[in-house]
Amino acid sequence: MAPGEGRPDDTGGPHPVNGRRSELTLTVNGTRHTLTLDHRTTVLDLLREHLGLTGAKKGCDHGQCGACTVLVEGRRANSCLLLAVAHDGRRITTVEGLADGERLHPLQEAFLDRDALQCGYCTPGQICSAVGVLAEAADGFPSLVTPDTARSGAPVALTADEIRERMSGNLCRCGAYPRIVEAVADAAATGAAVTGAGVTGG
Amino acid sequence: MRPFGYLRVASVDEAVRAAAGQPGAQFLAGGTNLVDLMKLGVEAPRTLIDIGRLPLDRVEELPDGGLRIGALVRNADLAAVPAVRDRYPVLSQALLAGASGQLRNTATTGGNLLQRTRCGYFQDVSKPCNKREPGTGCPAREGAHRDLAVLGHSAHCVATQPSDMAVALAALDATVCLHGPEGERTVPATEFHRLPGDSPERDTEIRLGELLTAVELPPARPGARSRYRKARDRASFAFALASVAAVLTVRDGTVEHAALAFGGLAHRPWRARAAEAVLRGAPATEEHFARAADAELAAAAPLRDNGFKVPLARALAVGVLTDLAGRAAHG
Repeated sequence: MAPGEGRPDDTGGPHPVNGRRSELTLTVNGTRHTLTLDHRTTVLDLLREHLGLTGAKKGCDHGQCGACTVLVEGRRANSCLLLAVAHDGRRITTVEGLADGERLHPLQEAFLDRDALQCGYCTPGQICSAVGVLAEAADGFPSLVTPDTARSGAPVALTADEIRERMSGNLCRCGAYPRIVEAVADAAATGAAVTGAGVTGG
Repeated sequence: MRPFGYLRVASVDEAVRAAAGQPGAQFLAGGTNLVDLMKLGVEAPRTLIDIGRLPLDRVEELPDGGLRIGALVRNADLAAVPAVRDRYPVLSQALLAGASGQLRNTATTGGNLLQRTRCGYFQDVSKPCNKREPGTGCPAREGAHRDLAVLGHSAHCVATQPSDMAVALAALDATVCLHGPEGERTVPATEFHRLPGDSPERDTEIRLGELLTAVELPPARPGARSRYRKARDRASFAFALASVAAVLTVRDGTVEHAALAFGGLAHRPWRARAAEAVLRGAPATEEHFARAADAELAAAAPLRDNGFKVPLARALAVGVLTDLAGRAAHG
């Protein structure tokens, strides 16, 4: 989506079952799921507890670590802070939805090639976040380190500084940052990752 | 988290009517702060009125050359709007200095302005806090307050307003548009956030049941340059220890107009009127910029552990103004 454009408006709202639960539908990795959930359920809890998709991790549960990062309508977000009921009708892509069958997403390949992890706990969030970063840079979204002189809307070249700044919402307690930066740079250099499965979501 | 009802509304009128009819209701937009505070038990709405799909997600040109920013424009989108990057770079920079890529994709303009302080006592329901529970006291005054206020605080509260965006809006003389049961009204961004005084539970001038619908920017001043700079404990994704938003117009080596606001120092973005008075008509030199910063920061009353913020803010202001003056001189 271009900066400043509106989001597609969904029709209809969720159907309240009682005051505290609603029926809602989400499309996760290309599959529609209709569930009746307590309003307190976050997208992260929906994924992990109701759909068995445990790729997105509950790290801090407060939006500070990025381990829960998924793509909502192709844009990265902290799923721990998203109420599922408010995302009725939306498309979610998790790390499980990035590969094309047996073929890994270019960012998954890059993380393997660069050994960009140690314990792996933050890795699904890192990879989903990096998918978002590549799309955002290609769409001309600036970061704090993008030069003032960069033309508005032009694709942003992902230098190491750009990657570090744009990936700062994903913490890695093992300290695999140097390899993560290399992996993201590799994927950016191939250009393939931007048109990968995860960007537009399943 | 306490159970709550959920209602999705389709118009501003419906949102305002719903809020008026439901005691304990709160508006939900991006939710990046509200959902977090609900998990912490700091907020416990009985009903969430989801305004996330209202048509308030546009940035529009105003007839006078300004911009109207819908309350639901995402922080990441606003920072990328060409008109913002080109005409109000201080606003784009402030947005990009805040939070993380993920949060900026979710957080909205209205939610950013209404986010609550990150004071550790406010966020910890096992501790007293006059902002969360009026009359219980302020442990931050004697406790962990390194991140907290040096200007405008009171015996009741030393919290800081955490938004970077709000600091830029204060320097840009933006206007906040509100819609409530009694109709629409506007509040200058410089007066939208309050000082704590004896009612720190009120962060802003918004009234119960009012919906923040838009922020309006006046036309950019011809020849003005603007910039945001932020000092924090790590290079990215951290709240400001101190920050500065500056808009500067220099003509023939003299300051024609200056607007300066500090972040991270007070319960609201601190518009530096005393500094601006010193700057107006003064030579655009580092010496005069330092004099202006000192004039403003003379009012600072640091707590035991946050005195470092005063020279930090001074250095940020002098650095940004010097940079802007240099850029102006070189076209």
